[in-house]
Amino acid sequence: MSSPLLELRQITVSFDGFLALRDLNLSLKPGELRAVIGPNGAGKTTFLDVITGKLRPTAGDVLFKGRSLLNKPEHRIARLGIGRKFQSPRVFENLSVRENLGLAVSLPKRPWSLLTTDLTATQRDRIDHLMEIVALQQRANQIAGSLSHGQKQWLEIVMLVGQAPDLLLVDEPVAGLTDEETDLTADLLKSIAGDHTVLVIEHDMEFIRRLQTQVTVLHQGYVLCEGSMDEIQRDSRVIEVYLGRNEEAV
Amino acid sequence: MQLLFESLFNGVAIGSVLLMAALGLAIVFGLMGVINLAHGELIMLGAYTTYVVQLIFKLPALQPLYNAYVLVAIPLAFIVSGVVGILLERTVIRRLYGNPLETLLATWGVSLILQQFVRSVPLAQAAGVILALVMGFGLPLLLPDQLLTGPRARLVRAGSWAVSALGGVLLAGGLASQISQIARATSRNVDVTAPKWMRGGIEWMDITFPVPRLVIIVMTIIAVVGVIWFLNRSVWGMRIRSVTQNRSMSDCLGIPTDTVDVLTFGIGSGLAGVAGVAVSLLGSVGPNVGTSYIVGCFMVVVLGGVGNLLGTVIASFAIGLCTDLIGAGRLLTIWPDMPAPLEQVVSFFATTSMAQVMVFTLIVVLLQFRPAGLFPQKGRMVEA
Amino acid sequence: MFQAFQQRRWPLVLLWILIVAAIVAAPTLLPVFRLNQLGMFLSLSIVALGIDLIWGFTGLLSLGQGIFFALGGYAAGMYLQLNSSADNPNGIPEFFSLYGVDRLPFFWEPFHSPVFTLIAIWLIPALLAAVLGNLVFRNRIKGVYFSILTQAALLVFFNFFNGQQKLINGTNGLKTDVTQLFGQMVGSAEMQRGFFWFTAVMVILAWIFVRWVVRGRFGDVLIAIRDDEPRLRFTGFNPTLFKTIVFAIAGGLAGIGGALFTVQSGIISPQEMSVPKSIEMVIWVAVGGRGTLVGAIFGTVAIQFAETFVSEVWPQSWLFFQGALFILVVTVLPEGVIGWFKTDGPRNLLSRVGLARRLVTYPQLEIDGQDEVQP
Repeated sequence: MSSPLLELRQITVSFDGFLALRDLNLSLKPGELRAVIGPNGAGKTTFLDVITGKLRPTAGDVLFKGRSLLNKPEHRIARLGIGRKFQSPRVFENLSVRENLGLAVSLPKRPWSLLTTDLTATQRDRIDHLMEIVALQQRANQIAGSLSHGQKQWLEIVMLVGQAPDLLLVDEPVAGLTDEETDLTADLLKSIAGDHTVLVIEHDMEFIRRLQTQVTVLHQGYVLCEGSMDEIQRDSRVIEVYLGRNEEAV
Repeated sequence: MQLLFESLFNGVAIGSVLLMAALGLAIVFGLMGVINLAHGELIMLGAYTTYVVQLIFKLPALQPLYNAYVLVAIPLAFIVSGVVGILLERTVIRRLYGNPLETLLATWGVSLILQQFVRSVPLAQAAGVILALVMGFGLPLLLPDQLLTGPRARLVRAGSWAVSALGGVLLAGGLASQISQIARATSRNVDVTAPKWMRGGIEWMDITFPVPRLVIIVMTIIAVVGVIWFLNRSVWGMRIRSVTQNRSMSDCLGIPTDTVDVLTFGIGSGLAGVAGVAVSLLGSVGPNVGTSYIVGCFMVVVLGGVGNLLGTVIASFAIGLCTDLIGAGRLLTIWPDMPAPLEQVVSFFATTSMAQVMVFTLIVVLLQFRPAGLFPQKGRMVEA
Repeated sequence: MFQAFQQRRWPLVLLWILIVAAIVAAPTLLPVFRLNQLGMFLSLSIVALGIDLIWGFTGLLSLGQGIFFALGGYAAGMYLQLNSSADNPNGIPEFFSLYGVDRLPFFWEPFHSPVFTLIAIWLIPALLAAVLGNLVFRNRIKGVYFSILTQAALLVFFNFFNGQQKLINGTNGLKTDVTQLFGQMVGSAEMQRGFFWFTAVMVILAWIFVRWVVRGRFGDVLIAIRDDEPRLRFTGFNPTLFKTIVFAIAGGLAGIGGALFTVQSGIISPQEMSVPKSIEMVIWVAVGGRGTLVGAIFGTVAIQFAETFVSEVWPQSWLFFQGALFILVVTVLPEGVIGWFKTDGPRNLLSRVGLARRLVTYPQLEIDGQDEVQP
């Protein structure tokens, strides 16, 4: 068995005494597709903030490819190969679709090389390919701000892929999408996994089911249980968390 | 010991003026997120109000009450600056909520206009214009609701504005004919003479405390306590805080957010007017008097942490004490035989303007360690 | 050409033709006095290009560009003063004797060298901007806080230069028009004409430089910083570095503008670092149109001439106009004049008054699907 790509060790995050995450342990194998679910306030977004360097944990360690990510600024963590998609789509609204992707695929991301060099032919082909995946070729030169909600979600996902990260963190990719768009997004994520390790956070149970993968349930900042979707749905603790205590239900 | 007290007193005095000036800004910036660069000009309006009130009390009919003019000037200055502030909010700032940089530029434009206004319009006429505005906004509040919503509502409103305008014209004419100093426009600085009881000082423990400064300290204390009471204990204060925290939710709960905006901005601006009274007691009053305070006020708010009144108070006094300590060269008196190179540095900064250089530099250095100020707001929602 | 018109670039093309024609024709058409003014305004437009770079593209509103402007001006002023004071007692500028200073302060020494001065004019402001900018940016202080801090920094420099008679002649500033350069008086008509041409060339060079910076992916990063800085971080870019660089570039440009302005205005004084002067610089860009470089140049020259003419006709009234301009440009014309032309402003105005047919479709629909046609 290969060593884990990402490992969270006993992560605790405290906001003025409120524990958003407590002793959270989680590890991801290379090439894995993992879904994380949990009720509101379970700490899903906080947990992504910790991995990507937006938030420093109060205690614990994050290891990526065996190296600690603590005290590294966000852009360095991103360069190490972790990409993040935000809950509400965040693309650069005043740049065209092509320019958005251009920034994502640029390497190295230093000022001087951006000033003096142009995108290579390979990079251009990649941009075209990425736009093709999500059917945005028609809108390549339109500014991203004019795209629909779903198109922005997809643009952000392919921007992530364009960054060529080893690990993709995807926060609620289907919020506000139509059923059809949701299905397409699920297929898109499944096709990406394999080459990449993908971690998806989502509320939508149907969507998670469609991913057909290992599920982690977060509750009040710790891992409640892990397993396949069917196992999860039979787990009494999960039912209790989602539907309330049995006594109360009566 | 005596030195310490004197230094402390001076620092506190400088700090209270700063606090008085920054208090309104802290409310407007902290609660509404509005950067009002015209705040200094609202202070200036308050100072000019004091000047006009003082001249009116010099008229023979009011001469016996001359000693009490400051007490009249304070509420009047609050109303004048408050009304101008409300007008500003209704006409310009309201269109720019959520665009702080644009607000900053637009309010700068307003400040330029206000500065030129007091230069080119005689104060008597300016007083008339402001009275007309106060009455125009105020009269409808006094009239019964039926009149304002009834079939003749338009007529009533037009009528009330006409009455207001007439009042303004009468006041302007009356002032211009009675008081020659304000009948003509001037860009020269004017001086407010303090009433007799405010001149001189009180001796205590061999230290002289100048009375105007004591008055300002007392005014500041009352203002701060009043603001804290209002925000934390009154119904409208609670509404203001709720709108600050969640505008759309407050809207849903039936809080009139529009009125809250007007009220918040009006109070912030009114406090600037009261600060103007304090400023006028300390030195001469001119069109630029506000500009010299505005940057200092912003530094107070940034240093204290935005949206935190306690921080504003502490930051004001900290800046006041530091300014006095550095600017008056007190370090030299406290420690007379300091090494020569250090002494050169200290005396290099021992003027008021160089003290400002030093204090601002220190603030920028401090922000390296506490980017959100001394008392930052905490919680998950801070960085959205 | 037709392509340019179709992409609504005709106002830009037109403006360029106007600007170049004006520059070429100015020396023969204008009296020396006006030519001198135009030269000064063109040097200010170099500052405006820098402001457009940091504000229009990157979204950083600096209210302290006067610092860098004045530093460039002082560098030029110090060199010229030294260059013409060889015959003075002690060989130092005359004003020093007023304060009983008989030795040149140490930091004046390198300004004996013309080469050092030419470098210092842009390098000192750029380095200072880089240091100040970095201190602010690395703490992620942004938006209005950045603006307030730049204003405070401006006040610090203003107070400092104002108070130091013995070092740099305090409030009086340094006069340059009676100094010597190449054996000629700097204020002479001939020299001034030379400075005009030089300024015109510098404006175009500055434009080319800034254009090079904002085109391509570097410029895309700047716009991305304005749009969503945290997102950019997670994409693997370091916004602090980019912001520091553009702030330094803007500082350097302000320094060059300041030096050119000083030699044409005849004096550099702390007044150039006053709070109003620096905010005024922002309005040039706002009126011309944020994010359009030619708009920055046009806005500067147009507003400065407007100020000159209005003040000549109605003295004392310019502040009213300027104040109104600030309010109007943010409430009515947020895109500036160029932006207004670009977004069908003239057509909308005409249709308001009933002279043109209103557009029925959304502009979006017209553009859709046309992209492939492009070569």
